[in-house]
Amino acid sequence: MKTSLEVNIRRKIFPGTDVVAVEELMLTALPGEFVAIVGPSGAGKSTLLNIVAGLDREMDGDVQVDGQPLHADGLISARIGFVFQEPRLMPWLTVMDNLMLVLVKSTDSVERVRHLLREVGLADIEQSFPNQLSGGMQRRVSLVRAFVMRPELLLMDEPFLSLDAPTAARLRRLLLTLWGELHPTVLFVTHHLREALALADRVLFLSSSPGRVVLEVSVQLPRPRELEEARIGELHDRLLAQYPDLLSGLVEEEMRSASGITPSDNHLVSN
Amino acid sequence: MLRSRESWLRGLSLLGFLLVWQLAAMAVNKPLLPAPTLVLSSLWNELTGGSLLYHLGITLARVAVSFLIAMALGTALGIVMGRYRDVDAALDSLLVLALNIPALVTIILCYIWFGLTETAAVTAVALNKIPTVVVTVREGARAVDRQLMEVAGVYRVSTWRTFVQVYLPQLYPYLMAAARSGLALIWKIVLVVELLGRSNGVGFQLGTFFQFFDITGILAYTFAFAAVVLVVEAILMRPLERRLTRWRP
Repeated sequence: MKTSLEVNIRRKIFPGTDVVAVEELMLTALPGEFVAIVGPSGAGKSTLLNIVAGLDREMDGDVQVDGQPLHADGLISARIGFVFQEPRLMPWLTVMDNLMLVLVKSTDSVERVRHLLREVGLADIEQSFPNQLSGGMQRRVSLVRAFVMRPELLLMDEPFLSLDAPTAARLRRLLLTLWGELHPTVLFVTHHLREALALADRVLFLSSSPGRVVLEVSVQLPRPRELEEARIGELHDRLLAQYPDLLSGLVEEEMRSASGITPSDNHLVSN
Repeated sequence: MLRSRESWLRGLSLLGFLLVWQLAAMAVNKPLLPAPTLVLSSLWNELTGGSLLYHLGITLARVAVSFLIAMALGTALGIVMGRYRDVDAALDSLLVLALNIPALVTIILCYIWFGLTETAAVTAVALNKIPTVVVTVREGARAVDRQLMEVAGVYRVSTWRTFVQVYLPQLYPYLMAAARSGLALIWKIVLVVELLGRSNGVGFQLGTFFQFFDITGILAYTFAFAAVVLVVEAILMRPLERRLTRWRP
């Protein structure tokens, strides 16, 4: 189940232009490792995930899992879960059908779907259509979708963006619970440094265009961690003091964005 | 309450129409304008003793076959043209041409080329409908959500399942629109095709009545035909549409 990942993008140019999106971007992830990738807008974070997912193949470079090419002959050789910025559920399929869609039919499938829905507190909505659910519930379904097919590799592209603080906190907790069961290798893209520090084993910092890894921090705080905890705050501030040039832009963006993951929201976090 | 008021108005206007007709027929008092009572009794006779059901059945079968052919081919072509720019560019002017050929021309040419056969009749009807299906479905294919297709790609959903559960549902509104306008058009063209080159069906019967100036017969068949269209709409199209769009809030 556990899979190591090796990404080596020599050059990626935005199609139809000569703008270099990503250059000499190399990263590795150990089997079962949770890697967060932070960087300012335009650092090619989403591009990186799309390349790993095989959605974007026009680039110079390669992606390997366990030493084998991930994309060979148009096929993908590992089970990949992808949580997008938007829930991206099929509006015409019920929750159950949305989840069954990504499964190859087998007997334990329905049971597994029900089990995971129960786990994220959505046991009674399996016959609902996405439009009948709140935004937070849709996100939970899309999170379940990424785990239901037992991914070896999990890609997440700012999945908790523009959610209110309690919902985001709840989803982060669910993510860690689900991750703890299967331990897929995770690439988690965000531009929130705190979120990255609260979730990941290791945080990679990308520079803005062309994107490449400029700093690597391993987070050795034991889990469970919460975004608002003092030790996360300390680490956050220490990094900021240590690499002001690198991270100041990032933090400004964080302050501007409306996601509201600030310590003052602490008292709101319940359930 | 509003609803019952509306259905009252509907019924009332229909009743008023029949009343005016009846009075006009009584005033004119000529076979050129038969009274509705006469038409209804003729309809009853045709239904019980005559051949109305047979001809209606034949016509319905032709409508069904040419409708299905036109929808299938038009949908396939529309998808391909919406998806591939080159194909679209190559076929677009032909499509415009096909859209503007009068139905009568297609019908006559089909009969001349293929003879006065069933195949020619059905082909002529389908050919008339295919271009409008293509135009509608192409519009839908162009509007397909790439983000949802990406989901299917990443999760390695099989090609068939992707087509049926991710791609096709996005075309449903367009397919329904094409089917609606398609039925309306095909009903009418089938009658012309039957009039010109078949020896059964509602169109053929109307032609016969025309030769005898049998206006009562023409109106009786028209009634029967209109009733069938309404029934098809009520028991087929509307439930289908409701089913396909039940996920909408």
